[in-house]
Amino acid sequence: MISDITLGQFFPGKSLLHRMDPRVKVLLAIAFIVAIFLCKYVLTYALILLFTLFLIAVSGIPFSTILKSLKPILFILVITTVINLLFTGGEGEPLFSWWKIRIYEVSLWRAGFMALRVVLLVIAASLFLTYTTSPIALTDAIESLLKPLSYLKVPVHEFAMMMTIALRFIPILIEETEKIMNAQKSRGADLSSGGLIRRVRALIPIIVPLFISAFQRAFDLATAMECRCYRGGNGRTKLRCYKIHFIDVFMLLLFSVLIAAICLGNRYLPGIVGWGYSL
Amino acid sequence: MKELIRCEHLSFSYEGEGSNVIPALRDVSLSVGAGEYVAVLGHNGSGKSTLAKLLNLILTPKSGKIVIGGREVTTPDFTEDDLFDIRRKVGMVFQNPDNQMVATIVEEDVAFGPENLGLPREELRRRVDDALETVGMTAYAQHSTHKLSGGQKQRVAIAGIIAMMPECIIFDESTAMLDPMGRHEVMDTIEHLNRDRGITILHITHYMDEAARADRVVVMNDGSIAMDGTPREVFSQVERMRALGLEVPQATELLYRLRREGYDLPADCLTAEECAAALKELFSSRNIAE
Repeated sequence: MISDITLGQFFPGKSLLHRMDPRVKVLLAIAFIVAIFLCKYVLTYALILLFTLFLIAVSGIPFSTILKSLKPILFILVITTVINLLFTGGEGEPLFSWWKIRIYEVSLWRAGFMALRVVLLVIAASLFLTYTTSPIALTDAIESLLKPLSYLKVPVHEFAMMMTIALRFIPILIEETEKIMNAQKSRGADLSSGGLIRRVRALIPIIVPLFISAFQRAFDLATAMECRCYRGGNGRTKLRCYKIHFIDVFMLLLFSVLIAAICLGNRYLPGIVGWGYSL
Repeated sequence: MKELIRCEHLSFSYEGEGSNVIPALRDVSLSVGAGEYVAVLGHNGSGKSTLAKLLNLILTPKSGKIVIGGREVTTPDFTEDDLFDIRRKVGMVFQNPDNQMVATIVEEDVAFGPENLGLPREELRRRVDDALETVGMTAYAQHSTHKLSGGQKQRVAIAGIIAMMPECIIFDESTAMLDPMGRHEVMDTIEHLNRDRGITILHITHYMDEAARADRVVVMNDGSIAMDGTPREVFSQVERMRALGLEVPQATELLYRLRREGYDLPADCLTAEECAAALKELFSSRNIAE
């Protein structure tokens, strides 16, 4: 059943991360990505890895789910690792050498770091944004954070409204697709055999009615919205409100400490401990 | 009774292919009082939906006059702001519940209308809670809209209109896409709104048993009003309804047929209970006679 697909895989819950203000979460997700790219050194990587594990533990999302979320990026991960391993070069004696391929110790480290970066990036983004924040809250957060842009005549409210409506219609359109597919199958349409071109062609009688019905729905919804006095974002109030709580302030502080620690670590740790590779 | 809506000599036509003009309403005059519960009946293409769309100013009439709450809405100086005011007063619930919901969470969707009115947050909260309670959906406030049944969705849509506190709600075939359970839920809600809240109801339908529950039935045919009266007055004219391509409620139909066979039965029974009572009376009088 395709209707089982849910966008963004939001896990409802009451964990520390769930209770955070979505605006703070968006900002922290960005901060975390910056922090990942700041890391230059084994121990700072270890620090951010530890911090990520802490976030996972706090979020209450099962570890297996987190691992599953990495599946789609496996390909990118492998490519990044291989390229870094083979083509970045290095100095001194290679660890391994065969034909034109030489693997240096430094490339080994570099490939490892790169892979770790990509993995942490995906985990951080899904932890903060998709797993613990409902799509609606995310839309609200984006609207709220982009609000200053509306002074530059950027239609922020309209974008947010479009996102809300798109989210609202995803399950409906999936259901509709299923209905049309069944209708076409019952008329003898063959959707699952033949080569690529034949299959793509077989999709046309599904996509055309789907589009027509989507437009019909859009017209209906526009009328319904107008009947409910919608006239854009001006003068609109909102039922839902977000407040910064203690937890948000705490997380912001924690992140500031983390980023400061990474910067200081990059700068001074190699001199003190004296081992490991930096990029 | 204070008058809420008045139409005078309303005409409307749709632009068809090329220069083809399809007339939908011809010279319709209608007056609806505040607090009335009016059902508008008619088969497909009779103009009943067009009438609803004109009253909510989705369409503008080609000729004629509409007055809502003492304000004429068909004058040329009618502005966007006036339109906004009218739509606050006259809400509309559509046929397809899926196509009129904006938000993914029940409560959010109910709040959409009042949010557009720019009400303060406490007032929004109060109205949303009140509207959900009125339609009996309080327990579902935090549910996602697409997982509800058809009847529940339509009740949420109704709550979304109630939250704007309109004087009148137009139901444009709002029960047409629902299963019997859903229809029942929605009909009970409509009745509750009219009886207990005093909201004027204009219920457009092609179900006779639904129309029978209203105070007044307006029958549309071919773009004009064919009959107008209480359900008893309208449905007792079985032949006339037939000629208009409409059925009458089953109870009325049964007694009509029996009466044609020569039994002495009333012509204006609408519900199964009334029908049963009439038949019981007939039998007992016969027993006495024998």
